[in-house]
Amino acid sequence: MERKYLAYFSIIGISILFILRLFYLQVIDSSYRNSPLNNSAVAIKYDYPKRGYIYDRNGILLVANQPSYDIMIIPQDVRELDTLEFCDLLKITKEDLIKRYRRARTYSPRIPSVFLTQLSKENYAFLQEKMYKYKGFYIQKRLLRQYPVKSAPNVLGYLGEVNEDDLKKNKYYQLGEIFGVNGIEKQYEELLRGVKGVKFIQKNRFNKEIGPYKEGQYDTVPIIGKDLTLTIDSKLQQYGEQLMVNKRGGIVAIEPSSGEILSLVSMPTYDPNRMVGRKRSKNSVELFGDTINRPMFDRGLLAQYPPGSPFKIINALIGLQEEVITPDTHFYCYGGYKYGRAANNFMGCHCGVYGAPIKLDRGIYKSCNAYFANVYRRTIEKYGKASKGTDVWNEHVESFGLGNFLGTDLPTGKKGLVPDSKMYDKYYPGGGWRAPTIISNAIGQGEVLTTPIQLANMTAAIANRGHFFTPHILKKIDNKAIEIEAYTKPKHTTIDPKHFEPIVQGMFNVFEKGTAQGSRVKGITIGGKTGTAENFASFNGKRFQFKDHSVFVAFAPIDKPKIAIAVFVENGYWGSRWAGPIATLMIEKYLNGETKRPYLEKRMFEGSLQEEYDDQLAVEKAAREEYQKEQQLLKEQQLAQKGE
Amino acid sequence: MRKRENNIFAGIDWVLILLYLTLVFLGWISIYAATVSPSDTQILDFSTLYGKHIQKIGFGLILAVIAISIDAKFYERFSGVIYILTLIALVGLFLFGANINGATSWYRIGGFTLQPSEFAKVGAALALANFLSEPNRDLNNLKSQLNAFAILLIPAVLITLQPDAGSALIYASLVFVMYREGLPAYYIVIGLSAIILFVATLAFGLKITLLTIFGLIALFFIYLIKNNHFAIKREWPKLIAFYLCVGVFIFSVDYIYNNVFEKRHQDRFNILLGKTADTQGIGYNTDQSMITIGSGGLTGKGFLEGDRTQGKFVPEQHTDYIFSTVGEEWGFLGTTAVILLFTAFILRILTLAERQKSPFSRIFGYATAIIFFFHFMINIGMVIGLLPTIGIPLPFFSYGGSSLWGFTLLVFIFIRLDADRTYEW
Repeated sequence: MERKYLAYFSIIGISILFILRLFYLQVIDSSYRNSPLNNSAVAIKYDYPKRGYIYDRNGILLVANQPSYDIMIIPQDVRELDTLEFCDLLKITKEDLIKRYRRARTYSPRIPSVFLTQLSKENYAFLQEKMYKYKGFYIQKRLLRQYPVKSAPNVLGYLGEVNEDDLKKNKYYQLGEIFGVNGIEKQYEELLRGVKGVKFIQKNRFNKEIGPYKEGQYDTVPIIGKDLTLTIDSKLQQYGEQLMVNKRGGIVAIEPSSGEILSLVSMPTYDPNRMVGRKRSKNSVELFGDTINRPMFDRGLLAQYPPGSPFKIINALIGLQEEVITPDTHFYCYGGYKYGRAANNFMGCHCGVYGAPIKLDRGIYKSCNAYFANVYRRTIEKYGKASKGTDVWNEHVESFGLGNFLGTDLPTGKKGLVPDSKMYDKYYPGGGWRAPTIISNAIGQGEVLTTPIQLANMTAAIANRGHFFTPHILKKIDNKAIEIEAYTKPKHTTIDPKHFEPIVQGMFNVFEKGTAQGSRVKGITIGGKTGTAENFASFNGKRFQFKDHSVFVAFAPIDKPKIAIAVFVENGYWGSRWAGPIATLMIEKYLNGETKRPYLEKRMFEGSLQEEYDDQLAVEKAAREEYQKEQQLLKEQQLAQKGE
Repeated sequence: MRKRENNIFAGIDWVLILLYLTLVFLGWISIYAATVSPSDTQILDFSTLYGKHIQKIGFGLILAVIAISIDAKFYERFSGVIYILTLIALVGLFLFGANINGATSWYRIGGFTLQPSEFAKVGAALALANFLSEPNRDLNNLKSQLNAFAILLIPAVLITLQPDAGSALIYASLVFVMYREGLPAYYIVIGLSAIILFVATLAFGLKITLLTIFGLIALFFIYLIKNNHFAIKREWPKLIAFYLCVGVFIFSVDYIYNNVFEKRHQDRFNILLGKTADTQGIGYNTDQSMITIGSGGLTGKGFLEGDRTQGKFVPEQHTDYIFSTVGEEWGFLGTTAVILLFTAFILRILTLAERQKSPFSRIFGYATAIIFFFHFMINIGMVIGLLPTIGIPLPFFSYGGSSLWGFTLLVFIFIRLDADRTYEW
């Protein structure tokens, strides 16, 4: 073999490899070209426009901006400085100064990072004159929100810094920029933020800026953020928050004729100003870390409860539509409903109408379990096979917006649950489930789960006699009413409008003769339904029952409904105890602007369910401890066995 | 023996000189682009780097003339002495050297700095050529092998101690010269295998590499046994020893990487193997240089129009990363032209070397070609992100007097030797 060829081959081979690589780098891969963004010889300066304000439906300012200033540092530009004076100016200790400098330096010597956040206005004015002395430091304006009304943080959301994960999702942002993390701020981020302006500046390796890049041909001007008007009635919202003090749960009020959300209360709540300013991170840890009260959990949108008795109304409507009952069909109640042969196959009832015929109207206002068990059973058994009946039922229920996302313009939500035959086939493999097996759904107590906003929307659909508008929270952009087809086009339920009148009558009688007589409001015709949802929790295979949840749905006035509302109070004993008064007070407040039931109002303001929550917590804790003990014991046993 | 004619330019290879001058000129253009600032008014301003480089080129040309004026016999006769002198210069660094950028590789004389390792390449090439060209030299002989290795190893070790591992690597490349002169091929095979195993271990981890390699070896031996090339009864110790060597090597690579390598060395490999993406720390230079080259596109942004070059954004752009200037301002056409020029230059030396009658001239020419080739390969490979960050200059392009003069001496000594090839001496 000729040894000299090795060198020739190597040289020619390497040259070809290099040329191919360069062809890739310079001709094929275009990511390096034509974009000043990819060009680190160009400094990019952003010009952040004013973020849009947020108003309530009556023009009350809910969210504004406040100026704030950060001190930025470019560590490699820092020169010797008078630390004593500097520390004095910034009101930090020398140790702190060194610590912060080191941290910035570790992050990057060249890239600017935040040295000290959120100076006050006064500090800024004072500092600005002296900053020239401190090379490598400069002051940068930062966007901060301000909340004139301390209410509805769950609706408004808050701002946060863009992190690396967010960057991957949205290329608009740069690390550390401010954007909406939750609520309206997140949902309408693009409207609120506007568009930042970009200036490209040619710089050299030492980060020195030489001048505009290519005469500024790539530069853009900022576009100011839009002001938003919400459908929220701030006064009503605050009133709801007051009513719910020391209780957990949610209130959702909707204008049935438009789907506009009037209030969205989640309790416990917090002052939105806590998510702003220097104490933000501390507060944030505190708020998110509160796993007992969970103030950051929007119960109005996310909490899935069994709906309880209000769900009976849907079952009645389905019964009418499926023609398994008429308003005059009657059933009897003997303290409950026996759905099987076994002794415990019995669903109790507290309606108190023993042995007398119960028609639809009385069934509703007395909330008779037996009545609705019969109706439900007839519906499910109408088609012979329970599965077919269940699927028909499921379709009707879902037409009320239950069991799925509503499509609201709120960034979070839950589907809830409306069972169908597939689900039960999974539960009971090999079939064998029949109407009695799933009879609890008749009274909103079985597998069905709903969120308060779904219940409110369901109530709106009843108030409208058969249709609803997708609930939404945005009313105007820059004071111009929005026109979005999804919100203006009615969604029809599968129930004929004619079937609603007897139902509405029954709901009206809930106040006149039924379970909510104590919540009657003079001068306002209300249709409502109480609910008492059983509150089970299981730990480690053991089932615990706690105080029932108090539920109430209502709309008013009967003829031309202006408000539909759902109230959910956790561990609130029964429907008319807490949820009923709260719902009617809200209605009264909204329709009349004031309330004339000071006694009831006071009871709500001052009532606390804290003891109930503590009790539940104690039981849960004990159960958890017991579980841990068992596990520990099990482990020891296993170890002992191994030892043998 | 015939007397040489008086004209020193007789028999000179003008093609090579033309290539040399072209490369030096393009090098200066690139340094000018990389270091000029808007306030500069004239080219011959010796306070600027490009101005200084003109002086260096001028001095280099004087060296070139001297180098081709000296009798060819001088180089062969005094190769040992030159070699020893360069070694002394290297040792002297430990006493009198100036520390620049963490390496004690320079003598500071007045306002100038000299880097003896650049000249030691010339010394080593001469000494190796002299040693291998002795009559009856047989590179299958272990003693000859060891002596030849020693010639390369002494300067390599001295340079590694400075520390400047990149330059030391060049001496390893001269093993290819020994291969050309009869060193058994398995040295090259083992060397390349070691490099492949090394990279594979780092890239895929200990277990996968070990299993894959052992599997491949097993398959290879099964093949040999089936075809009766290998009698397992007699030769199993060989088989085991082979397995042991490979295993030990892979384990030690893994061990050395994790326990001996410093973080910065690990980082360099990790970035190259794509294990970590780093555009701010250690990978910054390469990343910047790739962006700069990529931004040039097909035809480049034009002379002095490279905003990244003018923004001085690639660190060390006028030295190790000078090629990125070509990439940005002259584009793919420019980089290809430079690569083709270098290829032509090296192939020319190689071809001239192969036509030498005198073994000394041939070996020295071969060594010269290999030295240029490795500088070219390692530097550009690094700048375009194919090799880890190894700091060695691109001949004639990177700013610096010592390397320019060292390379110039190599070229012109060889031109002298080549010019005299027709004379029996």
